[in-house]
Amino acid sequence: MNRNWTQGILSFTVVGIVIGMLALGGSGALVAQAADPIKIGFGMALTGGLSANGKPALLALQIWKDDVNKKGGLLGRPVELVYYDDQTNPATVPGIYTKLLDVDKVDLVISGYGTNLIAPLLPIAMERKLTVIGMFGLANNEKYQYPNYFQIQPAGPDPQTSTAIGFFELAARQNPKPQTVAIVGADAEYPQNALVGARELIKKFGLKTVYDKTYPPSTVDYTPIVRAIKATNPDIVFVASYPPDSVGMLRAAHEVGLQPKILGGGMVGLMFTTVMTSMGPLLNGIVNYDFWAPEPPFLAMPGIKEFLKEYQARAEKAGVDPLGYYLPPYSYAVGQVLAQAIEATKGFDQQKIADHIRATEFNTVVGKIKFGKNGEWARGRTLMVQYQKIQGPGIDQFRGPGKKVVLYPDDLKSGNIIYPYSAAKN
Amino acid sequence: MVAGLLLGGFYAAVSLGVSLIFGLLDIANIAQPAFVILGSYAAYVMNDALGLDPILTGLLLTPLFYGLGALVYRVYYASFERRGEESLRGLVFFFGILFIMEVSLSLTFGVDYRLVQTAYTSKSIDLGGVGIAFRYLVPCLVGIAMTAGLYLFLGRTFYGRAIMAVSQDQLALRLMGANPVQIKTIAFGVGIAAASLAGALLISIAPVIPSTDRDYIGRMFAITVLGGMGSIGGTLVAAVVLGVAESLMATFFGPSWSLAVSFGILLLALAVRPAGLFGR
Repeated sequence: MNRNWTQGILSFTVVGIVIGMLALGGSGALVAQAADPIKIGFGMALTGGLSANGKPALLALQIWKDDVNKKGGLLGRPVELVYYDDQTNPATVPGIYTKLLDVDKVDLVISGYGTNLIAPLLPIAMERKLTVIGMFGLANNEKYQYPNYFQIQPAGPDPQTSTAIGFFELAARQNPKPQTVAIVGADAEYPQNALVGARELIKKFGLKTVYDKTYPPSTVDYTPIVRAIKATNPDIVFVASYPPDSVGMLRAAHEVGLQPKILGGGMVGLMFTTVMTSMGPLLNGIVNYDFWAPEPPFLAMPGIKEFLKEYQARAEKAGVDPLGYYLPPYSYAVGQVLAQAIEATKGFDQQKIADHIRATEFNTVVGKIKFGKNGEWARGRTLMVQYQKIQGPGIDQFRGPGKKVVLYPDDLKSGNIIYPYSAAKN
Repeated sequence: MVAGLLLGGFYAAVSLGVSLIFGLLDIANIAQPAFVILGSYAAYVMNDALGLDPILTGLLLTPLFYGLGALVYRVYYASFERRGEESLRGLVFFFGILFIMEVSLSLTFGVDYRLVQTAYTSKSIDLGGVGIAFRYLVPCLVGIAMTAGLYLFLGRTFYGRAIMAVSQDQLALRLMGANPVQIKTIAFGVGIAAASLAGALLISIAPVIPSTDRDYIGRMFAITVLGGMGSIGGTLVAAVVLGVAESLMATFFGPSWSLAVSFGILLLALAVRPAGLFGR
């Protein structure tokens, strides 16, 4: 047995190294080349942990490409996307972009999806003086302050507090004003960032913290955590979690009977269609961050209805998120920003394009975008939404307004908060 | 505490297959968690299409999983065990199966989180001031029932005793005129069949993606080793010990320590009793 174990460990190591090398090599399909097209290159999470968002992002870019080509392309040339699967593995990113630039000779690059996949791209972009638009990363450019990086996620100039700001602003406006707060999150990069921001805001708004803990991402049972939170009897509970723990925390809250005045905050995954439809009424009353909602202010933005119609038609065939309300509109907007910059500068000079993006306000399907400090949106637009009046598991109820009501910011507000949480819970 | 007990029952259900295959047969079936996830997806499909209760699906599909397990063992036997190459190459084989299953699930179902909704999903009962969620209670009861069933199977039935015999001395068994390969095929099949039920329990507790198996691989083998390789009762006790330790840590000291403490207990127990709690 002993010898078997030593051999076992050895073989584990060997297999690990082989897999690692395969992963480093990168894989994926190269898109066929047309005659003299404009090539836009990127890596995207088409497999692995983030592919549930990576695939819809790709679909949105493909729709953008088709729309542009239908109108005759850019500068009279057709647009072509050259992309590889980064497998949600940051180690593949340098290889992918080196190949895109040196072998495929792409004209422009954009980033893959997610903070961790953008991080390894930034040093490459700086070294080669590329202009890069990031696809949903939090605070990627805080340290580098690279001037030719732009971020489509509307976190704004202060990304760290962006997730939580609306949550605490709303809390402060309620009557009676909440006094105590519990914060909890996973031991992982995004939740930790969000919790740091939350602590800052707790100080700013003069609340008292009664619970502040983190948990490992592989936790199976969330009831002990929720019970411990309930024992401290907080007025509001801010949760920063990834999809499996968001579901676990929410279910546990219902089972244990946790009823603070406001519950939610930074729970990733609640806006995913599969999660929304299977959680159904359990979502009622939750106040959570979001970037897009099918509410009147958003549906009024130019081009969005046409885009969603096309997206939803194609998503069914592609087997990706059938509604596309989280990332896809922003992914399409990345294409729109690039297209407008290329047309305006009449070429692919990276510096000229960056200068143009910095100086211009863009009209996109997600509204007007003006970039500011560190390439983030000049004004943050992370929403706080509240799930209201959800009945049963049906998907169609989520297509129109009224289920995910925008509470914050004020200029995009589409309804009022139901307060306290227990009143909205049915 | 109660939450820990419930969690323990569920962990036992997930680990039984490993206990049987790795503990008794000495086959390092790394792919066991992938079979569990396959069970989860089967439960999801039936729940989504027909509204069937996941646990019922898990139970109905056990013969199918048994057949799958028997098939996998036959391939493993013919390619590795018969040639005496089971330890190293066998591990690689199961590693391969793990990845193939994970990727096949990704390609078939995509990578969205899948959940099931049952009549008891977000209900709970109040027992002496402690709210007990059915979402954990049901898997715990099924886990205990599975443990008891397997215990009786191994102790009371002809094939069960034959499996115990094959784990102790294959040569002696062969001398008695029995075929160890056939017995091991049955044992492997039963172990994989247990994964079908365990997967159904898993998806009724938490959302599942194809790579969820990685969260469980450590726990499953830790529980098997802690319980004493191949001891079915020991698996349940070890699962409960880990479950309670995780829950108590999460409640009183902060959840970030819970996993570290669980594995600390494993190390401590192995230092004191290298054969595990109920080792042979």
